[in-house]
Amino acid sequence: MSEKPVLSSQNGPYFGQFGGRFVPESLIAALDELDETYQAAKTDPAFIAELSELNRTYVGRPSQITEVPKFASLAGDIRVFLKREDLNHTGSHKINNVLGQALLAKRMGKKRIIAETGAGQHGVASATAAALFGLECVVYMGEIDTKRQALNVARMKLLGAEVVPVVTGSKTLKDAINEALRDWVTNVTSTHYLLGTVAGPHPFPTMVRDFHSVIGHEAKAQLQAEHSLIPDVVAACVGGGSNAIGIFHAFLDDPVRLWGFEAAGDGIETGRHAATLSEGKVGVLHGAKSFILQDEDGQTIESHSISAGLDYPGVGPEHAWLKDIARAEYFGITDDEAMQALKALAETEGIIAAIETAHALAGIIKFGSSLKPGSSILLNLSGRGDKDMETVGKYFGFIGDTNE
Amino acid sequence: MSSVETIIRENKSKGVDTLIGYFPAGYPTLEASVEACVAMCEAGVDVLELGIPYSDPVMDGLVIQQATEVSLATGFKIREISKIIKAIRQRVDTPILVMSYWNPIIQYGVKQLAEDLVSAGAQGMITPDLIPDEAAEWLQISDEYDLDRVFMATPSSSTERLAKAANSSRGFVYGVSTMGITGTREDLDAKARAVVSGVRDSRTSTPVCVGIGISTAEQVSEVNSYADGAIVGSAIIKAYNEAGIDGLVNCVRQLKTGK
Repeated sequence: MSEKPVLSSQNGPYFGQFGGRFVPESLIAALDELDETYQAAKTDPAFIAELSELNRTYVGRPSQITEVPKFASLAGDIRVFLKREDLNHTGSHKINNVLGQALLAKRMGKKRIIAETGAGQHGVASATAAALFGLECVVYMGEIDTKRQALNVARMKLLGAEVVPVVTGSKTLKDAINEALRDWVTNVTSTHYLLGTVAGPHPFPTMVRDFHSVIGHEAKAQLQAEHSLIPDVVAACVGGGSNAIGIFHAFLDDPVRLWGFEAAGDGIETGRHAATLSEGKVGVLHGAKSFILQDEDGQTIESHSISAGLDYPGVGPEHAWLKDIARAEYFGITDDEAMQALKALAETEGIIAAIETAHALAGIIKFGSSLKPGSSILLNLSGRGDKDMETVGKYFGFIGDTNE
Repeated sequence: MSSVETIIRENKSKGVDTLIGYFPAGYPTLEASVEACVAMCEAGVDVLELGIPYSDPVMDGLVIQQATEVSLATGFKIREISKIIKAIRQRVDTPILVMSYWNPIIQYGVKQLAEDLVSAGAQGMITPDLIPDEAAEWLQISDEYDLDRVFMATPSSSTERLAKAANSSRGFVYGVSTMGITGTREDLDAKARAVVSGVRDSRTSTPVCVGIGISTAEQVSEVNSYADGAIVGSAIIKAYNEAGIDGLVNCVRQLKTGK
């Protein structure tokens, strides 16, 4: 039998046929500088110590593991453990990557950071890091998202960031990335593009993954120490894929199933969804080769999801590769399945998850019963739901529609 | 030698400015874009840069974004690019380079598009989000079909990368005048001169034409004094938006002759 390749040692620029740097030449020097800075930093004890101290004292790491038996019983005779990234400062996993990249921006002498955001979680995390480190911060956000995530817009402004509503294209996350890339092409010498997910050109998919891989490494050790177990399944929601790769990465070479849940919106069959890995075709978007929702001409198709954070027609290249080699499994979860699961976790365990995260919760309810009795699932509870209360309130009729 | 390069060299030896003009295919309709392109060629552009509209054009400013959005909204499909090129080719001899982001090309098929361009009478492609490092397939196919290929040289490119861009290009290498996206700017960067001299220092024989932000006859003539040609897009589309074919023709004539 041949030696199994070490999946977790893949560091780009390519993951199989996926990844690369499909960007204008204007950005290559900045990507090279970022890659060199990151390569030097990741083995520099001073950098490692500074980031881990920030993670401990500012973020609140390690995030805890919570077992949720009443929720698990909805999915059959299984155990479910939540990795509580929702309890991080700023309310989601996004802060892990943002602090790492903000430290790199400082190392590169860049005083201005720009970011894209969908749900606003990454924008809030970026604005937070900018306030902490005294950097100028501009966040690009699709106009539609500024409306459905108005609370996060207010948070970013309070933190001193400028929020630019993007009115071109579909006015969502994909167009916010386009606009951030245009800004970066123009201001590349003074500005670091603090990309918030594991998509984009190399080194972003690898670097962002590395900053989030703390999630999986912590969880693996915690489950071992506190519960003496290795999970049978590791699960997460997937938009661009940062929280999923963050918890998957520590388990890539272990005999553990990896489940990613993407947004099926109104249902795959309606065409109104964001299920890139299930329905996309191989192409190039935002600097990397990956799966993309596109028409036969290679024009990007607008995605649809109740969750602004999953409403993206692309996905990180490492996920594309993990799907291609059948190492991870990806499933679509509809808006309604996600909303029902969000409510179920709140009612059974007193934890309000973000709508993004609720897609993974729904996946557990949907597929948990297919596991052998007694199986255990580790789920990345990537974000908390406070930002979503208006959407949730209207969805369940707790809040009247003001337009009525 | 590439016909694009031949024209650029002939202009240089005659002391005539070279003007490369961009227009998006299918804007505002398929037929109207053919008329606009023919009019541009007749009014004096030396090379026509025919854009394939794309949903996510990260190198383009608002003027081109809005034009290509219109083209896509009215139903432009890449398979129509041959028809457009043929219709232009029936009426003018001006060399045509197709400008396209990379994803539409790989979905259509690089080889298929190369075949179609050759049979329709186009000379090659400008690829703004494809660097030579990622272009193995295109380098091979463009050699096979003897098509021009234009890569970008920018103010942030290292000496090594300027040489790589120039040596990988055929027809000309696209010197990016300033750090930024397409659109008109009042002052052209001194950086453009540095890009051009950087490319020349690499001792390539490939001509270098300068684009991004060029909108006036003075800029065209200034650029031609140190480079091999000037590339204009947004200013031509603006003129067309404001005064139709007449506006476009006046704009091109003025850019080309300064009058």
